[in-house]
Amino acid sequence: MSEARPQKRSVSEEVRRNGQGETRSYYAQPIINEPTWEWQIPCYFFTGGLAGASSGLGLLADLGGNERLARTARLAALAGATASPVLLILDLGMPKRFYNMLRVFKPTSPMSVGTWILLAFGTSSGIVAATDVLGVFPRLGKAAETVAALLGPALATYTAVLVADTSVPVWHEARRELPLVFAASSAASAGAAATIFTPPEDAGPSRRLAVGGAVAELGLTEVMKRRLGELAEPYEKEEAGRYEKLSTALTSSGAAFTAILGRKWRWAAILGGALTLGGAAAKRWAIFKAGFQSARDPKYVVKSQRERLESRPPDQRRTETFGRDGCAT
Amino acid sequence: MSDERQIIPDSDTTDAYDIEVINRPQTRAVIPLGQKSYGGDGGPRMGFFTDTTVCIGCKACEVACKEWNQVPSTLMELTGNSYDNTGDLGADAWRHVAFIEQRKPIKVAQEAGVTTPATEGESDFRWLMSSDVCKHCTTAPCLDVCPTGSLFRTEFGTVVVQEDICNGCGYCVPACPFGVLDQREGDGRVWKCTLCYDRQKDGMEPACAQACPTDSIQYGPLEELREKANGRLEMLHEAGVEDARLYGADEEGYGMGAFFLLLDDPEVYGLPPDPEVVSRKIESLWGSATVAAGALTVGIAAAFIGGWR
Repeated sequence: MSEARPQKRSVSEEVRRNGQGETRSYYAQPIINEPTWEWQIPCYFFTGGLAGASSGLGLLADLGGNERLARTARLAALAGATASPVLLILDLGMPKRFYNMLRVFKPTSPMSVGTWILLAFGTSSGIVAATDVLGVFPRLGKAAETVAALLGPALATYTAVLVADTSVPVWHEARRELPLVFAASSAASAGAAATIFTPPEDAGPSRRLAVGGAVAELGLTEVMKRRLGELAEPYEKEEAGRYEKLSTALTSSGAAFTAILGRKWRWAAILGGALTLGGAAAKRWAIFKAGFQSARDPKYVVKSQRERLESRPPDQRRTETFGRDGCAT
Repeated sequence: MSDERQIIPDSDTTDAYDIEVINRPQTRAVIPLGQKSYGGDGGPRMGFFTDTTVCIGCKACEVACKEWNQVPSTLMELTGNSYDNTGDLGADAWRHVAFIEQRKPIKVAQEAGVTTPATEGESDFRWLMSSDVCKHCTTAPCLDVCPTGSLFRTEFGTVVVQEDICNGCGYCVPACPFGVLDQREGDGRVWKCTLCYDRQKDGMEPACAQACPTDSIQYGPLEELREKANGRLEMLHEAGVEDARLYGADEEGYGMGAFFLLLDDPEVYGLPPDPEVVSRKIESLWGSATVAAGALTVGIAAAFIGGWR
């Protein structure tokens, strides 16, 4: 009864091979559910990234004796670390139950890991600010500053893992590049924020960080989109497309202002910094919205899965089985 | 008992649809299946087999589910998509009956007893109906990503949300490759099929399976259901229904605790053709993040190469 059946090919595969247009679907309805996250989440990606990269900038400036830059960066880290948990709690369906995040530590859940990173980072940033302002316990302040600087890069990049660890096609399929894009964008934000609030003569490192981060952000986004191939389409359409264009324009013009004029003129540094910050924020919104768009249209889910399915040897296609021996599609 | 009726070799089961031998819960504890236990009581993993070839689209499963689990009603809304006015699985729809209208000759299907004979003039039309539900995955992404531990694995091998712990972070919603979980409006928490955990505890079958008048929805130990489903599949293939296939029945594919017998490609029913346990890649994801965090640290340090000021 379970004699080998001829290899079957699905109708969808046939349709695709014959180039007969669109992928099949159930009344064009989405296959996965759209995320329920709202505006707070891309804002948090921005504030978390800003805070994370600023802490490292602050520590190094401190070590090098650049007190003005160190203080600005520290304040940026504190501001980001203060805004972040507020945004996250506001986005919860049941905000008063936020403390349930603290009942487990789960390495399989980027959100759980991120909660603990943010908690530790926020606490250290708070200690840094308190000891600095009050002028007490300088050693504790230094230790806390080091802890924050070590946790900062993790805070800036774990959010990319958070979105990549979902079934949303443009996020999951960009899982290798997304953390790098987030890192670059965070570097650009931290550099830009410090450039705005530091006099140009002390802001050299922050200008270099802002320009370097901005260039990396633009380049890595391009790499990510190339890797996504056809799946990069949401980045050219609708809201995500608009944010993506805005981000590119703001980031490149901001980097240009900062690099060329920012060293001499304060106004140019402020303008360049503001543009770069806007570009980094728009980047997170573009990525966020692209995810929603790719979840909404079943063709992205079906197409990428069909391609993945066809690239595998038949004996490894076992989601559908045509017989007891697991004869594949 | 003729040989060709013996659809499961070397077993007493001759008819996959003989509801008397369908696993009533009292059989659960006494069948040694060698199934890996998920809990302390050593019971086998329980699940659903939804045979869409005998679904008549009555939606009794949807109604029974809503009544038993006190799932809020959804607004009366006409989608225009055949008889489907439920739309999609979500916080307020734990069973969803899909209706697919197709132009396709149904001659072989009639021979297999899949559909009733068509009257003249409508012989090339077929209706596919399928009751979708949470798959209670072997490795469940929703469970992996839940940051509060609200989602858990029960002793029946199913995946359940604890509503007294869920804080509505919404992470499980995009993690699910099937679009099962969603946030309930006005409540904020996430809800989904529990496979009637409360009924299971009392040895009863889930409300939808009990309400199903054609036994399109069958409940029982997963190993038994898989065996039965393979028998049914062979029966259909022998009758010439070449398109029939099982979806999610093979543990070497995407392991599902609720699997289906379909007559067309999964995407036609709104199911993903190659679902993936995204959270299985978590180690490489943390790897990428570590590389990126390292690059960021190096980048910040590099900004000081040109001087401290």
